[in-house]
Amino acid sequence: MATYLEFIQQNEERDGVRFSWNVWPSSRLEATRMVVPLACLLTPLKERPDLPPVQYEPVLCSRPTCKAVLNPLCQVDYRAKLWACNFCFQRNQFPPAYTGISEVNQPAELMPQFSTIEYVVQRGPQTPLIFLYVVDTCLEEDDLQALKESLQMSLSLLPPDALVGLITFGRMVQVHELSCEGISKSYVFRGTKDLTAKQIQDMLGLTKSAMPMQQPRPAQAQEHSFISSRFLQPIHKIDMTLTDLLGELQRDPWPVTQGKRPLRSTGVALSIAVGLLEGTFPNTGARIMLFTGGPPTQGPGMVVGDELKVPIRSWHDIEKDNARFMKKATKHYEILANRTAANGHCIDIYACALDQTGLLEMKCCTNLTGGHMVMGDSFNTSLFKQTFQRIFSKDFNGDFRMAFGATLEVKTSRELKIAGVIGPCVSLNVKGPCVSENELGVAGTSQWKICGLDPTTTLGIYFEVVNQHNAPIPQGGRGAIQFVTQYQHSSTQRRIRVTTIARNWADAQSQLRHIEAAFDQEAAAVLMARLGVFRAESEEGPDVLRWLDRQLIRLCQKFGQYNKEDPSSFRLSDSFSLYPQFMFHLRRSPFLQVFNNSPDESSYYRHHFARQDLTQSLIMIQPILYSYSFQGPPEPVLLDSSSILADRILLMDTFFQIVIYLGETIAQWRKAGYQDMPEYENFKHLLQAPLDDAQEILQARFPMPRYINTEHGGSQARFLLSKVNPSQTHNNLFAWGQETGAPILTDDVSLQVFMDHLKKLAVSSAC
Amino acid sequence: MMSQQGYVATPPYSQSQPGIGLSPPHYGHYGDPSHAASPPGMMKPAGPLGAATPGMMLPPGPAPPGSHQFGQNGAQASSHPSQRFPGPSPVNNVASSYAPYQPSPQSSYPSPVSTSSVTQLGNQLGAMQINSYGSSMAPSSQGPPGPPSAAAFQGPPRPPQPSILQPGSQVLPPPPTTLNGPGASSAPPTAQYQPPPLPGQTLGPGFPPQQANYGPQMAGAQLSYPGGFPGGPAQMAGPPQPQKKLDPDSIPSPIQVIENDRAIRGGQVYATNTRGQVPPLVTTDCVIQDQGNASPRYIRCTTYCFPCTSDMAKQAQIPLAAVIKPFATVPPNETPLYLVNHGETGPVRCNRCKAYMCPFMQFIEGGRRYQCGFCNCVNDVPPFYFQHLDHIGRRLDHYEKPELSLGSYEYVATLDYCRKNKPPNPPAFIFMIDVSYSNIKNGLVKLICEELKTVLEKLPKEEHEETSAIRVGFITYNKVLHFFNVKSNLAQPQMMVVTDVGEVFVPLLDGFLVNYQESQAVIHNLLDQIPEMFADSNENETVFAPVIQAGMEALKAADCPGKLFIFHSSLPTAEAPGKLKNRDDKKLVNTDKEKILFQPQTNVYDSLAKDCVAHGCSVTLFLFPSQYVDVASLGLVPQLTGGTLYKYNNFQMHLDSQQFLNDLRNDIEKKIGFDAIMRVRTSTGFRATDFFGGIFMNNTTDVEMAAIDCDKAVTVEFKHDDKLGEDSGALIQCAVLYTTISGQRRLRIHNLGLNCSSQLADLYKSCETDALINFFAKSAFKAVLHQPLKVIREILVNQTAHMLACYRKNCASPSAASQLILPDSMKVFPVYMNCLLKNCVLLSRPEISTDERAYQRQLVMTMGVADSQLFFYPQLLPIHTLDVKSTELPAAVRCSESRLSEEGIFLLANGLNMFLWLGVSSPPELIQGIFNVPSFAHINADTTLLPEVGSPYSQQLKMIMNIIQQKKPYSMKLMIVKQREQPEMVFRQFLVEDKGLYGGPSYVDFLCCVHKEICQLLN
Repeated sequence: MATYLEFIQQNEERDGVRFSWNVWPSSRLEATRMVVPLACLLTPLKERPDLPPVQYEPVLCSRPTCKAVLNPLCQVDYRAKLWACNFCFQRNQFPPAYTGISEVNQPAELMPQFSTIEYVVQRGPQTPLIFLYVVDTCLEEDDLQALKESLQMSLSLLPPDALVGLITFGRMVQVHELSCEGISKSYVFRGTKDLTAKQIQDMLGLTKSAMPMQQPRPAQAQEHSFISSRFLQPIHKIDMTLTDLLGELQRDPWPVTQGKRPLRSTGVALSIAVGLLEGTFPNTGARIMLFTGGPPTQGPGMVVGDELKVPIRSWHDIEKDNARFMKKATKHYEILANRTAANGHCIDIYACALDQTGLLEMKCCTNLTGGHMVMGDSFNTSLFKQTFQRIFSKDFNGDFRMAFGATLEVKTSRELKIAGVIGPCVSLNVKGPCVSENELGVAGTSQWKICGLDPTTTLGIYFEVVNQHNAPIPQGGRGAIQFVTQYQHSSTQRRIRVTTIARNWADAQSQLRHIEAAFDQEAAAVLMARLGVFRAESEEGPDVLRWLDRQLIRLCQKFGQYNKEDPSSFRLSDSFSLYPQFMFHLRRSPFLQVFNNSPDESSYYRHHFARQDLTQSLIMIQPILYSYSFQGPPEPVLLDSSSILADRILLMDTFFQIVIYLGETIAQWRKAGYQDMPEYENFKHLLQAPLDDAQEILQARFPMPRYINTEHGGSQARFLLSKVNPSQTHNNLFAWGQETGAPILTDDVSLQVFMDHLKKLAVSSAC
Repeated sequence: MMSQQGYVATPPYSQSQPGIGLSPPHYGHYGDPSHAASPPGMMKPAGPLGAATPGMMLPPGPAPPGSHQFGQNGAQASSHPSQRFPGPSPVNNVASSYAPYQPSPQSSYPSPVSTSSVTQLGNQLGAMQINSYGSSMAPSSQGPPGPPSAAAFQGPPRPPQPSILQPGSQVLPPPPTTLNGPGASSAPPTAQYQPPPLPGQTLGPGFPPQQANYGPQMAGAQLSYPGGFPGGPAQMAGPPQPQKKLDPDSIPSPIQVIENDRAIRGGQVYATNTRGQVPPLVTTDCVIQDQGNASPRYIRCTTYCFPCTSDMAKQAQIPLAAVIKPFATVPPNETPLYLVNHGETGPVRCNRCKAYMCPFMQFIEGGRRYQCGFCNCVNDVPPFYFQHLDHIGRRLDHYEKPELSLGSYEYVATLDYCRKNKPPNPPAFIFMIDVSYSNIKNGLVKLICEELKTVLEKLPKEEHEETSAIRVGFITYNKVLHFFNVKSNLAQPQMMVVTDVGEVFVPLLDGFLVNYQESQAVIHNLLDQIPEMFADSNENETVFAPVIQAGMEALKAADCPGKLFIFHSSLPTAEAPGKLKNRDDKKLVNTDKEKILFQPQTNVYDSLAKDCVAHGCSVTLFLFPSQYVDVASLGLVPQLTGGTLYKYNNFQMHLDSQQFLNDLRNDIEKKIGFDAIMRVRTSTGFRATDFFGGIFMNNTTDVEMAAIDCDKAVTVEFKHDDKLGEDSGALIQCAVLYTTISGQRRLRIHNLGLNCSSQLADLYKSCETDALINFFAKSAFKAVLHQPLKVIREILVNQTAHMLACYRKNCASPSAASQLILPDSMKVFPVYMNCLLKNCVLLSRPEISTDERAYQRQLVMTMGVADSQLFFYPQLLPIHTLDVKSTELPAAVRCSESRLSEEGIFLLANGLNMFLWLGVSSPPELIQGIFNVPSFAHINADTTLLPEVGSPYSQQLKMIMNIIQQKKPYSMKLMIVKQREQPEMVFRQFLVEDKGLYGGPSYVDFLCCVHKEICQLLN
C-alpha cells in the first residue's frame, strides 16, 4: 500500500466508501478533539461492472440483535464449519449448503476482494416497475406541447412490462383510466379538497368493498389485476392509447382572468398519486413523476395565492415570517413524502418555470423518497428534455440506472456507534445497541429507507467513537462497519449488497501523525458541508457559517503547525492543505448563501448536494476552472479572478452550470471571424476544444447543467465572476496595479483575506 | 225556473221532516219570474234584475250572472274602432261581446228549459233552485226601490268607460222594465210546473210573495218522501213515484253544468273587456280575445267579485284566490302576446308600487301624468312616453300600445332586470341518467339514449330562429357521477368520473354544455356507447342529491339557467348527502304523525332546492320505481324548482315506454321560461298573502321559480287589509320576470280587474267552482305537511258547509231547514269537494302506496284549473254510442257505476290515467272494430296500445283519445279494463260519485252530510 491517496481511491472504487478519517482515534474523547467527525460517504449502489452478483442468500449471524452478514473479516474455523461474527463475536454454524468449504474452497463472501458483494435473492412475487406521470396542464401552449412530446418519448424508453399511469391536474385533478375503448375516461377530483388515502381509494373504487365479490377466494387475485389495470397498465398494452391520450391533452380549460395565476392543484394531485399507489402497489418499486410549470395555487399545499400582484415568497419574506402558506404547505408535502417513503415509492419533481414553483415547500417529496428534482425555465429546453431522457439511461448490463425501495442497515463494531445519516432517506426507526444518542442528520436508528436511488446516490454517514479513554484497544485492533443495502433492482430482482470495511485504531496521543496522514480532506469537506447544509435547513444562515468557521479554526488549531500568536508561522500538512479553501468556497456557495437565490433555487441546490457523490459534491463546493490557450494544452487553473485573462478561454463547471468564457482578445478574434479563415484553423480548434470538453461533461451529468456560452463583458459572464475568488476587486485593483485578471465588483472577502484571518485566529490563544 | 239554478235538495234528516209541512212555502224562491209575477209592483222597480235580464231579447244563450256591466263594457269594447291589434275586429267585438253577455242574466233559466234532462226530470228542483242571482237581487231590490239599485249597478262600470260613443248599445240597459216583460213571459213554462201558490208565506221571513210562487213545486217533491227514509238520502226528483233513494239524477250534475256552459258559450268569442265578468268554464272551448284583462287561460279566480270588507269575506268564507298560469298555451287562433320594447329605459312603472304600465293606469293632466290604478300614486309620464289625450281622456296611442289596451303583454327587460346586470346566457338542458344495474337491465338506459337522439332535434327555439339556442349536456350516475365532454372537435367523447359525491363539483367547463347541432356526431357516439359502457355494471346503489347538485353547479359554472332531466329509479342509499332510508311506515297512517310521510326525510333537499332556484336550475324528474323510493323527499326539488315529476311504477318496456317517451318529448318541447320571479301586485285594500305551486319564496312577496312552463299554475290567495271600493274594484297585476329559451330577459304582465261588492249575493254569483276546488286542493295538500289529515278533512267539510250555509242564510230566500240550497255558481261544488276528500292524499288508508300519495300531492300543487278539474272529476265517455261521423267528443256521463252498462264501452280519463272499460256484453262489432278480435273473451287486456285496425270505430276512438290527451301535461297510459276482471278495481276508484273503494262517501251521502252540517250551522 503506497500512499493514503491510493488507499482511499482503491477503497472508493471497491466499496464506494470515503471516510473522513482512515485511521480512527481510539477513544471518544480524542475523537471529539479531531473536530471533523468520523464519518463516511457511502455510494451504496456504486456501479461495479467487475462484480457479478451471487445468486444466493447471505449467511447471517445467528444472534438476533446482530444478524451481521458473513464477510471476509470473519474468523472461520473450516474444520468445525464455524464462523465468528466480527461484530458481536457470536460463533455461528455454517448452513448446510456450506459443508464443502475449506481454505481453498471459499465462498465469495469470504474473499477479501469481495468486501463488497451483491446477493440476488428470490423473495416474494416480482412486480414490474411502476411509473406514474403527474402532469400539470396549466402550461403555456408550447411548453405543454414540448412536455407532451417528452412524455410520449419516455414511453418508448420505459421497460416494456412497466406499469404506467397518468394523472393530470390544473384546477381539477384527473386520474386517467387507461383501459377504455371508444371513450376516454378519467376520475376527477376537486383541487381544493384534501382527501385521506382511504377516501381517495374509495373514490377510485380501489377498496375491496367496492367490488361485490361473488366468489371470495378466486376473485382475490383477479381483482387485484383488475384494479391495477384501470389506472396502471403495462406499457406494451396501452402504448398507443396513452400516446393518443397525451396527444389530446389540452391546457387546463378553466379561464384565467387577467392578473391571476392559473389555479393549480399540485398538492391534491400529488396526494392522489400517493394514495393511488399506496392502495394498489405498496412496497413495490414505483416512481411518481410530477411535472409542474408553476406554483401550487389552491388547495392543500398551495404556496401562493392566485393573485399575481402578490408575488411568491422570497427569502426576505421567509425571514420576516411573511410567507403565509409556507408552513402549511410544507407540512402537507412532508406528510405526503413520509407516506410515500413508507410505501417504498419515490417522487420526482420536474419543475420548469421562469418563476418559482414551490420547490421549497415540496422539496421533502424528493428528499425523503430519493426522487429526482429538476428545475428548468421551460419544458421546451434541452435542459429538461435531456435530463428527463437521462432518467431512463441504462448501465453496462442494459439495466436501468435506478433502484427502488432500498433499506440501508449499518452495523458497527462495539467501539463505534451510528450518529446518523444525511442523504435522500428516511429513518426506519430501528433502535439497537449501535445507535448513538449523539444525533447527526437523520438519526436514532440503524436502518434507513431510500425509496429511490441510482448508482451515484451517496449518503453521508456519521459515527461516534464510544470507546472510553481508559479502555485501550489492543495493538493492531480494527474497527469494522458493515453496510447492508437491500433493494429492488430495476430488473425487479430483490438484491442485497453488503459492504464490510475495517480501519485501524490509533491512539491519538501517541499516533496523531498516523491519524493526520490518514485524513481525507475531500471527504471531510463534503461531510462537513453536508452537516452545514443540513443545519442550514433548520437554522439561520449566519449561525451555520459561524459554526463552520469555528470548526475550521478548531481543526487548524488541532492540526496546524504554528507558534502561538504568530500567524506567519502557520502551516498545514498536505493532507489538510486544501481543506480551508474548500471551506472558503463552501461559505460562498449557494448551499449556505441564500443571497441572490430564490428559496426554490436554494432547495434545488441543496437537494443535489445532499445526494451526489464526492467528486460531484466537490465540484459543487469549489467549481473547476479550465483554461484554454495557445500557450499549451488545456489546464486547470485557480478559481480566481486572476485566471480571467484576455487571451484565454475558460471552462467552468459548477455542476449546475457549464460556463464557457472567452477572454477579451479571444472574443474580439472570434468577432473578427478568424476562426473561419483557413490560415487560422488553430484558432478554430482552440474555440472548439472547450465546447467538446463541455459536451463531454454534459453527456454524463445528471441533471443537465445549464450551458452558458459567454465572453468578456457578456451579461452571462456573471456566472463565472460570482464564483471565482475575488482576489482582485474594485477595492484593491489599483493596489495590484497589474493588468492580469479581471476585477470583481464585490465586497466579499477573498481567499487571501480569509486565510489571513484564519491563521490569525488559529494561532491566537483566545479561542 | 227563471233564475239561475240554485239547487235544492231535501235530505231525509229527521229535522227536516217536520219541515215538510212547512217547507213548501220555503221552497219558494223568487227568481226572476217571481218578481215578474207575484209582486209586480215590487218587481218592476227592481231594476237590477231587469237590467240583468235584458239579454232575453237576444238569442237566449245563457251565461253566468253578473252581466250587468256588460252592456256598458260591451259598449266600451265596441268603441274601439281604432284598435290595432289584429285580434278581434271592432265589429266582431260588438257582436261577440254582446252575444254572450246579454243572455247571461237569464242564462239560468233558458238552460234548464232547453237542454237538460235534469231539469226535465227534476224540474221541480229546478224550480226550487234558488237563483243565486235572483236571490242576490232580492235584498237589494227590497231595500232601495228599483231605480236606485239599477243605478247602482250601472253606475260603477260607467266612469271608466266611454259609453258616450256607443249610444246604440246603450239603448239596451235602460229598459229594464221592458225586459222584465220577456223575462216574465219566459217564466210561464216553468211556472206551469208549479201549480198553486202555497200558503207557506207565513213562514217566509220577508218575502211572502215569492215563496208563494214556488211553494207548490216543492210540495210535489216533498210529497215523495214521507214514504220514509231512515237514513238514506231523500230523493227529490220523483214526484210520480216515491223512491227510497235519492235519485242521483236529481242532484246537481257536473256533466250537466259543463254541457250547459258549453252549449251556451262554446265556440264563441269571449272578450275580456269587462271587469269582473265570469269567464266560461275551463271545459268550454271558446276563443278568447284580450280586451284589457288577462285571458282566463292565464288567470282564473275563485270569485270575480270580491267582497268589499274583510268582515264580509269572513262571513262567506269563500276563499279569494287566483290561479295564475302565466305561460299558458294559447291556441293558434288567439293572438300571441305582444312584445313591448322601450329600449334602454325599460318598462314604465309606478314610482311607488312599481306596478307596470297597464290599462289600469289613468292618464291625467293632458297626458303629462298618470295615476296608478294600484296604489293611486300620481306619476309623471316619462318624456319619451308622453302622448296627448283625446276628448275622453284616453291617450291617442291607446290602441297602438299593448300595455295600454291589453290584459297581457310582454316587455323586453333591460339589464337592470338581469342577474349581475349582465344579459343572460341561453339556457341549457342537462340529461342525467341513472345507470345503475336495474335501469341497465330493464333496458331503460338504452331507451333513453335512443330517444334522446331524436328528441334533441326538437329542442324549443324561438320561432324566427333556425336552431335552438339551448345547449345540452350529459351526465350518467350510479353512486358516482360521470360527466361527458362532447365538444364538437373531439374524435370521441370523454368521460370524467366524479366520485366525490360528498362535495360534488363540475370537472369540466368547455365541452360539457354544447350546441346539439354542432356536436351531434360526438353526442350520438356517446349515446350509443352509454348503454354498453355500463352493461357489465352491477352497481345498484345510487345517489341523488349530488346529481342535482352537479347539474346545478354545471349551470352555475356556465352562468346560465337551465333544466335538469333526471332519470332515476331507486331509493338513493349510497353514502352521500341526501342519502335516504326506507321509512315507509304504514303504522303512521291515520295518526297525527302521518304528515311525516309527506315531509322530506332530510333538509338536504330543501336547501338544495333553494340553491337551484337561486341559480335558475329547474329539475324535472322521471322516476321509475319498483318499490318505495320516497317520492316525498326525491320530489321536493322538482317541486320547488318548477320542474315536473313523472312516475312510472314498475316500468316495463313494452307497456310503459310509450307513455314515458311521450312525456319526455312533450317536456322537452314545452314552452318554458327560466329563472323567473313573479310578483303579484294588487290595488289597495287587499293583497296576496299565500302562494301555492312549484315555487320558492325567500320573502313574502317574490315568487321565485327556477323555471315555469306552460302547464304550471300558481295559486295565489288574497286577503283584505282594508275596505275595497265598489267603484274601483279589485285589480291584480301579475308580473313575471324571466329568461326566454333564447336567453332574452323579459317581463310578462297579466292584468285582471275584478269587481267588488258589498252584497254577498254578488260574491256567490261570481264564483267559479273549478277554481275553488283548485284552491282548496292546493291549500289542503299544503296543509298535509303540517296538520293531521283528519283535521284537514274536517276543515274542508266545515268550510264547504259554512260557505253554503252563509249563502243560505244571507242570499237565499228563507226556506225550510230541511232544504239544501246551493248557489248557482257552486252547484257542483259538493261533488267536487267530495272528490277532493276522496283523493288518496287525504284518505288515510294504509292500502295506498305512500309514494303514490306523495306523488299526487305534488302534482296537484302545480295544476291549473283545467287540470285539477279533470283530475278530481274524470271524464267518462261512452264509446259504444259513438257517432263515427262526428268529430266532436261524445257527451260525457257522470262518474258512477250506475252509468255503465254491460253492453257499453266507456273511456275514462283523469289527466294521468286512461281506461277503456269494456262491458261483458259489449257489441261484438265494436270489439271487432276496435280490437280486431271476434269477441270479448279474445281481448288482450295486457297492452297499453290499441291495435291498428283501421275501422271507423278504431279511428274514431283514437281520435277521441288524442283529443283528450291534447295539451294535457302528462301522457296518459291506457289501461284496458274488462268488466268483472281484477283490474276493474283500479278503474272503480275513478267512479268518483260512488262510494270510494278505500272509503269516502258517495256523492249522495256527502251531500246529505253537508246538508246536515249546514243545518247545524243555521241552527
